[in-house]
Amino acid sequence: MTGRWKEVLTRNETLVALVILLFCIVASISDPNFFTVTTLSDLLRASIVLGILAIGCMLVLISGGIDVSFTAVAVSAMYMTTKLSLAVWPEMPWPLIFTLSIGFGALLGAINGVFIAIFGLPTLIVTLGTLSVFRGFLLTFVGSDRISALPPDMREFSRMMIARGTTEGGDFYALPWSLAALAIVILLTAFILHKTMLGRSIFALGGSLESARRLGIDVRRTQFFVYVYVGALAGLAGILHGSMGRMADPFSLVGLELSVIAAVVLGGARLIGGYGTITGTLLGVALIVLVQNSLIVIGIPSTWQSVTIGALILLGTGLPAYQAKRAAARAG
Amino acid sequence: MSAAVHAAALPLSPRTRPAMQVSESSAFVEMTGVTKHYAGVTALDGVDFTVHPGEAICLAGENGSGKSTLIKILSGVEQASEGEIRIGGEVMTGLSPRDATAAGVLVIFQDFSLFPNLSVAENIAFANELTEGRMIFSRRHARAVARRVLDRIGVDIPLNARLEALPVAHKQLVAICRALACEARLIIMDEPTTALTGKEVAALLDIIRLLKEQGVAVIFVSHKLAEVLAVSERVVVLRNGKKVAEGDATEFDAASLTRHMTGRDVAEASPGAFAGSGETLLAVENLQKDGSFRDISFSMQTGEVLGITGLLGSGRTSLAKALFGLVTPESGRIVVDGAEVPLGDPIASAEARIGYVPEDRLTEGLFLTQSILRNVAVGRLAEHERNGFLHMRGLVDEASDWLKRLNVKTPAITAPVQSLSGGNQQRVALARWMSRAPRLLILNGPSVGVDVGSKADIHDIIRDLGHQGLGVIVISDDLPELLATCHRILVMKGGAITDEFAGGTITEDALSQKLAS
Repeated sequence: MTGRWKEVLTRNETLVALVILLFCIVASISDPNFFTVTTLSDLLRASIVLGILAIGCMLVLISGGIDVSFTAVAVSAMYMTTKLSLAVWPEMPWPLIFTLSIGFGALLGAINGVFIAIFGLPTLIVTLGTLSVFRGFLLTFVGSDRISALPPDMREFSRMMIARGTTEGGDFYALPWSLAALAIVILLTAFILHKTMLGRSIFALGGSLESARRLGIDVRRTQFFVYVYVGALAGLAGILHGSMGRMADPFSLVGLELSVIAAVVLGGARLIGGYGTITGTLLGVALIVLVQNSLIVIGIPSTWQSVTIGALILLGTGLPAYQAKRAAARAG
Repeated sequence: MSAAVHAAALPLSPRTRPAMQVSESSAFVEMTGVTKHYAGVTALDGVDFTVHPGEAICLAGENGSGKSTLIKILSGVEQASEGEIRIGGEVMTGLSPRDATAAGVLVIFQDFSLFPNLSVAENIAFANELTEGRMIFSRRHARAVARRVLDRIGVDIPLNARLEALPVAHKQLVAICRALACEARLIIMDEPTTALTGKEVAALLDIIRLLKEQGVAVIFVSHKLAEVLAVSERVVVLRNGKKVAEGDATEFDAASLTRHMTGRDVAEASPGAFAGSGETLLAVENLQKDGSFRDISFSMQTGEVLGITGLLGSGRTSLAKALFGLVTPESGRIVVDGAEVPLGDPIASAEARIGYVPEDRLTEGLFLTQSILRNVAVGRLAEHERNGFLHMRGLVDEASDWLKRLNVKTPAITAPVQSLSGGNQQRVALARWMSRAPRLLILNGPSVGVDVGSKADIHDIIRDLGHQGLGVIVISDDLPELLATCHRILVMKGGAITDEFAGGTITEDALSQKLAS
């Protein structure tokens, strides 16, 4: 049993959870207002877009690739959908708006997929390229204006709440339906990863591409799926971002990709592929969101945000790696 | 001496060898006139090959003999240019890996092709579930499949364990189980015994016997044939793409196999005792390192080939490394050409023109993904500097020259070293050291993992180096190798030199007894 406990304790998930706990304790000591329903619902809302992006990113890492273009996919899908809706049918109902954005995202993801799965190019190079191309295309040909007059249904969606109200203590809270989108993404991804052969093939690809090929796994189809799926998730995250922020800003989101990858890596996914859990990824997102939003609460100036995130990555991923190395050295 | 050396090195046990049981008509695989051309090269030339159910076949041949091509064609990885393939009586055209798997032909590659990040159960069941065309993955189903197959061969491996945590022998069992889960009727094993200890090999052979009883045929593709000859019925030898010998396994012994594989008698006689050049090259005095070796003193002359042997843990490898400064002895002196070499300093050793070719050439000596040229050139950059720039032409010429002199078969010197066979990789490692014009060359296990023909070539090279006036130290536990190349053999035991024999004065059996006593 001790071995099992040791394994649980040295997992990234446990480490991240402990850091989050520590952070919360320090924060509630230094500011009694931190641990309230308001803060919690604020943090939860801030995690939605990051969470959906992170889950997509995790899938790519498991498959043995890396994607840095998903923020450009997200912002492009969101902005194109908004423009299209305003031009063609401003009263477009929100389910259709969402479907459109997801579709655009999947389409852009498919472009990554073509380069990676069909032409077999390195994933980092392809997505670095498309990150630039997608964003450049968006700003040059689609538009560079911030649109605050969104289609009414898009705004409407952000006002739809699962629950809202005021606690007895007078704290205001609101849980938007966008949270349900995150829940659906989590469930769907968990199902794909653990209950379908496609999902197991994604793990197999990340474990050993050559073995997967020899075994007869359709490597191309699996990779193509991964990038289309990530694109679709990015499209969803993008439209949620626009809707919740009540603005279609073509300059937003891009730049977030490293924070997202950081969250995923903190959660235990390995850059070499084959490893990653949804729990870990969500914990990683929670930690990044905490640091981004509440660092000030525990008395660290917000300019220290990136330093803190960087330090966490070094510690959170470096420590287990160092332990593994030491264990390997001991084993000879 | 020569053939006998090899025969003794590869002990045969005809008693345990089973007889042919199956008639000609019931062949599971029948390949007739199979030919394969690659861009102008004929890799396989009209080969007929049959496999009967429950039969084990040794497919022997040197690197480049066409045995890998044959396996690739049979498993659907490559398509034959000409010829017919029947599996289970059915003519297969445009055979794909999936077709081959569905027909029950499975290959276990040397690296096993498993997934380190998945569980044992999933690794075993994966291929089976793919061929069944499942969409939904069920952990319970995977475990059931794995359990059934593990029971079939009477092995217990924890189903939930991650594959990466298993020892090599267990990984191989998982690979075998995976093949069985696909209803394998023919399992092709590429170099199955290379990574295993003697005990593990015995366990593997027991499982092979069990599989044969269950009607599964096995093809061994191996350099170390003696180990698998015991469970084989038939031997097929390929050379230069042609089948040069086929017959009952009892008709072959190690010497005749070698002859068929290489097309020549690999006659290796002892070079005899050293005549003496009168010029002392190396003097080692009272070299000592706690826990590794103690009180090591010996000297050797230019042109002499000196063997150092001993069992694992006798200190032979530490001593070899210490001579090149990779291990720092606590006391003692190393003198080369009358000048003392600082201890524990590989750069000083290299400057004293000592060369060291490590045992595990794959991990210690070569940059596998880098080109052959770069691997040869890496020690020679300083010599080819012209006014701060690298004189590429000179470098390329020198490297090419050495590759040619050492007989490296290479498509291009820009190809990565990992594209070469084991024997040729060893030669590239040698070429690097030779290009530095060493006075003393230390070869640690020079022919580990090399096929029979290349081994003889490497031995030729070693003898030749001696003739050129170099001092060569061969560190090895391959006794026939030492007997065939060395003028003098030092035996180490428990960190000390316990015996010394002049070349040609001791037989392998006597030497092996000295080692073990």
